[in-house]
Amino acid sequence: MILDRIQGLGRKAIGFVERLGRAHLFLLRTISGIPGVLLRPSLVIRQLYMVGVLTLLIILVSGFFVGMVLGLQGYNTLSDFGAEESLGVMVALSLVRELGPVVTALLFAGRAGSALTAEIGLMKATEQLSGMEMMAVDPMRRVIAPRFLAGFISMPLLAAIFSLVGVYGGYFVGVGLLGVDDGAFWSQMQDRVELHDDILNGVIKSFVFGFVAAWIAVFEGYDAVPTSEGVSRATTRTVVHTSLTVLGLDFILTALMFGD
Amino acid sequence: MRNTRVIEIAVGIFVAAGMAALFLLAMQVSNLSNMGTGESYTITAAFENIGGLKVRSPVTVSGVRVGRVDAIDYDNNSFEAVVTLRINKAYSSFPEDTSASIFTSGLLGEQYVGLEPGGSEANLVEGDRIQLTQSALVMEQVVGQFLYSAAGRKDEGE
Repeated sequence: MILDRIQGLGRKAIGFVERLGRAHLFLLRTISGIPGVLLRPSLVIRQLYMVGVLTLLIILVSGFFVGMVLGLQGYNTLSDFGAEESLGVMVALSLVRELGPVVTALLFAGRAGSALTAEIGLMKATEQLSGMEMMAVDPMRRVIAPRFLAGFISMPLLAAIFSLVGVYGGYFVGVGLLGVDDGAFWSQMQDRVELHDDILNGVIKSFVFGFVAAWIAVFEGYDAVPTSEGVSRATTRTVVHTSLTVLGLDFILTALMFGD
Repeated sequence: MRNTRVIEIAVGIFVAAGMAALFLLAMQVSNLSNMGTGESYTITAAFENIGGLKVRSPVTVSGVRVGRVDAIDYDNNSFEAVVTLRINKAYSSFPEDTSASIFTSGLLGEQYVGLEPGGSEANLVEGDRIQLTQSALVMEQVVGQFLYSAAGRKDEGE
């Protein structure tokens, strides 16, 4: 009885490690497929459209609202200390350092990652991938690598757009509605936000998250059980795993970057 | 399948918007614009106590930012903190007897180095050391001195 339990645990652990190993081998194959893709940029451009352009709207809207909420909440707290002028710093730092990369990655997982997984999973379920192999077309190069590359490229761009729109959202609420001084809002922000420490580290974060989110999305699709249930499970796993990994990595990256 | 041309235009706009957002973040939100891209020179100043001064803290003259703190070291021989100030080349005519003090912006704000030009004919050049310095006010010391002097006055009164 107890032995059965232990055996079950061991099997799960082995399965987990095996899957992890498959994911890394898969990543290697994907990356080795990238040079071939660069010779045919039209594949990547199509995926950039699917992954990046179609995600733009949700990023713009959420970025603006997140910025507005930050402006509202920040104003309420800061006005207790008579420091409303610091609203710009607060909004900009929270967006550039944390919320920009993280929320963008979460939205990206929900909007683009799930679509990637479902698409690749369905290709596998309908045996299109095997069909390609039969025709001596490498699905890694033709299907996986362009999607991975597109995700990796569009994440930092989306995160930058998110942060910028968020700052203007905070500006709209803080300066436009609540009456914070226009000059102090910008000048304090420009005074305190460091190009190297804050903005560059935020961009590095978004690159890391883009890498992870794109990797998980294409791997889950490629590794899906080729049935309709398997594909739906893989899609769910993409969103869950990406969110957890991004949040965990965010803590580690923050500790490395901003913890003295 | 949509027209390739439309897709390419959309992707082009997307990439351009992303780049523009990054650029705007750097220019509008961060301190890049007031860092001064021009050349600079360094001078040093030794302080008994720098309080909470940090690398990259501002250096100001009459409230105008002219540079940044480049490095902070401790001199083993004189037991003083040596602060290296990087000053923008545009502000290159400080007299030799300029004095440097460490101030606090606001009651609890960050600390910065304030320069006060003297009257000498010769100017400070690269690598010079400012002779007249005034340390940071450390709150505990100020409070301690106040209490001490208050107690002293009370003693005299009795």
